[in-house]
Amino acid sequence: MSTTDTVRRPRTTTDFDEELIPRYTFVERVNHWFGAVTYSYCLITGLAFWTPYLYWLAAIVGGGPTARFWHPWFGLFFTVSQFFMFMQWGGDMEVDNDDRVWADNIKAYIENEDDKLPPVGRFNWGQKIYFWAMVGSTILLLLSGFVLWYVEAVPWSFHILRYVAILIHASVALITIGLFLIHVYMSTLLEEGSFASMVHGNVTRAWAWTFHRKWYYQVTGKSRPNQ
Amino acid sequence: MSQASTEIIRISGHAGTVPGAGLNREFQVCKLVDTTTCIGCKACEVACLEWNGYTFSQTTFNNSYQTMPETAWNYWNLIKFNEHERDDGSMMLLMRKDQCMHCEEPGCLEACPADGAIVQYANGIVDFQEAHCIGCGYCVTGCPFNIPKFSPEAHKVFKCTLCNDRVSVGLEPACIKACPTGCLHFGTKSEMKDLAEFRAEQLRDVSGFADAGVYDPAGIGGTHVIYVLHDAKNPELYGGLPKDPHIPYSVWLWKKPLKWLGNLAMIGGIVGLALHYLRVGPKKEEPIPPEDRGPS
Ligand code: HEM
Ligand code: SF4
Ligand code: SF4
Repeated sequence: MSTTDTVRRPRTTTDFDEELIPRYTFVERVNHWFGAVTYSYCLITGLAFWTPYLYWLAAIVGGGPTARFWHPWFGLFFTVSQFFMFMQWGGDMEVDNDDRVWADNIKAYIENEDDKLPPVGRFNWGQKIYFWAMVGSTILLLLSGFVLWYVEAVPWSFHILRYVAILIHASVALITIGLFLIHVYMSTLLEEGSFASMVHGNVTRAWAWTFHRKWYYQVTGKSRPNQ
Repeated sequence: MSQASTEIIRISGHAGTVPGAGLNREFQVCKLVDTTTCIGCKACEVACLEWNGYTFSQTTFNNSYQTMPETAWNYWNLIKFNEHERDDGSMMLLMRKDQCMHCEEPGCLEACPADGAIVQYANGIVDFQEAHCIGCGYCVTGCPFNIPKFSPEAHKVFKCTLCNDRVSVGLEPACIKACPTGCLHFGTKSEMKDLAEFRAEQLRDVSGFADAGVYDPAGIGGTHVIYVLHDAKNPELYGGLPKDPHIPYSVWLWKKPLKWLGNLAMIGGIVGLALHYLRVGPKKEEPIPPEDRGPS
């Protein structure tokens, strides 16, 4: 925060700033949490199979055989959530030129100097990349997961499929785990108000203005200055 | 199968050391299959079914002696027939008893994620402990010999135990006992290796099989089931015995570099995020400046 900012603006928000505006519909929130729960199940059980040091994770979902039985099913449920998410948000997730400028200056975002960044629409570049990476990963996890699912269905003459599938499944799962960690960190700890918005569906005007200014202008009907 | 009283030296998916490993004297067992004296009578198949409590499975017919294409979860021991035409036009019926090879470096065990589902005993027997198996099928991916078979009913994997239950009380495996020609032998690894080499030499010097030899593949550290073949240069002829079996490279890649890279990345990621929070703290909403208040 530069010093000029603090001089120009009041330090605290006003009642007007704290008025709520809707951000996520009920259906969007339900689908988001459906995706979160099904992904977490896949994550816990998948990590149990991934390394002996985390095999105990299988115990908290009912033991190894139970985890093995349900993991692919929850993967399928997760795929369903991703499909609906794609239908709901796909349009808002297109990367535009402002996003590219934003991406070039991502260092400022990481260092919490958001005022140095171009205004952001409903979702920022990071959220968009997370979205598309998850959509792509889901397809790969589903395809490779199917090969691993019914062990007896893959004949020996096709056993190379198994080698390819396990490498793809584990690598892609790892990539999603990395992104997922960042996603959870940002929406629970880093950006205050984000988590509540996915629970209650609303954000304050100030939150929208600070983090998603283009979207704020759009939904409040306020035309963008200097435009 | 059942937890025998024999010493365990490796346990799949098990964090930490193996309790009690390295206490016993060395006593490696081995089954020798002399394919040159096998007559394809299938007595060993029946003995295996009987001892392990399975019933005979439905056979298929494909214009040969082959009764089913491969071993099954409830059919662990199968003679593979191959009508091989030799260079001089004559026909040779190659017969190989197919079962778990009890590898010194078992790919099944390497791949298995479940604590205790596969153990390797000090005598070389690799045995599945179905009570701990979760039915993931990773062992199927790890095995170079197409041996572990998934049971859709049990959701677990089964294979030849080398009659671990018999061997651990001093008996020979059931198949050995049943063989009428003496083409199957059972003893210590070094005894069997000597016998096999002796027989291969006999085949080369006396019977005119210049390429006769012993199959004890080095790529997996040797096996506890070894073969005498008339043509050791072409093991594929014997029902697809791989020439140079090894743990699949993809399994190595998955279980070694990928695993450690992944674990480091996950731990590094969590630490990195924590440090980020400590360093820059939360992003907070800011007051809206007057010119951006309210609809225009
Ligand atoms: C999309 C549908 C999915 C299907 C059909 C599927 C299926 C499978 C199957 C059959 C396995 C083999 C082991 C087992 O089931 O016990 C497996 C392993 C695994 N899955 Fe999935 N899965 C899916 C989604 C996911 C997701 C979303 C994750 C997210 C973290 C994930 C992470 C893992 C991991 C880490 C493993 C263990 C890999 C290893 O052992 O190295 N899967 N999956
Ligand atoms: S299916 Fe194979 S790899 Fe999986 S737990 Fe059972 S024995 Fe281990
Ligand atoms: S032949 Fe296959 S199942 Fe048997 S010990 Fe070797 S890798 Fe395991």
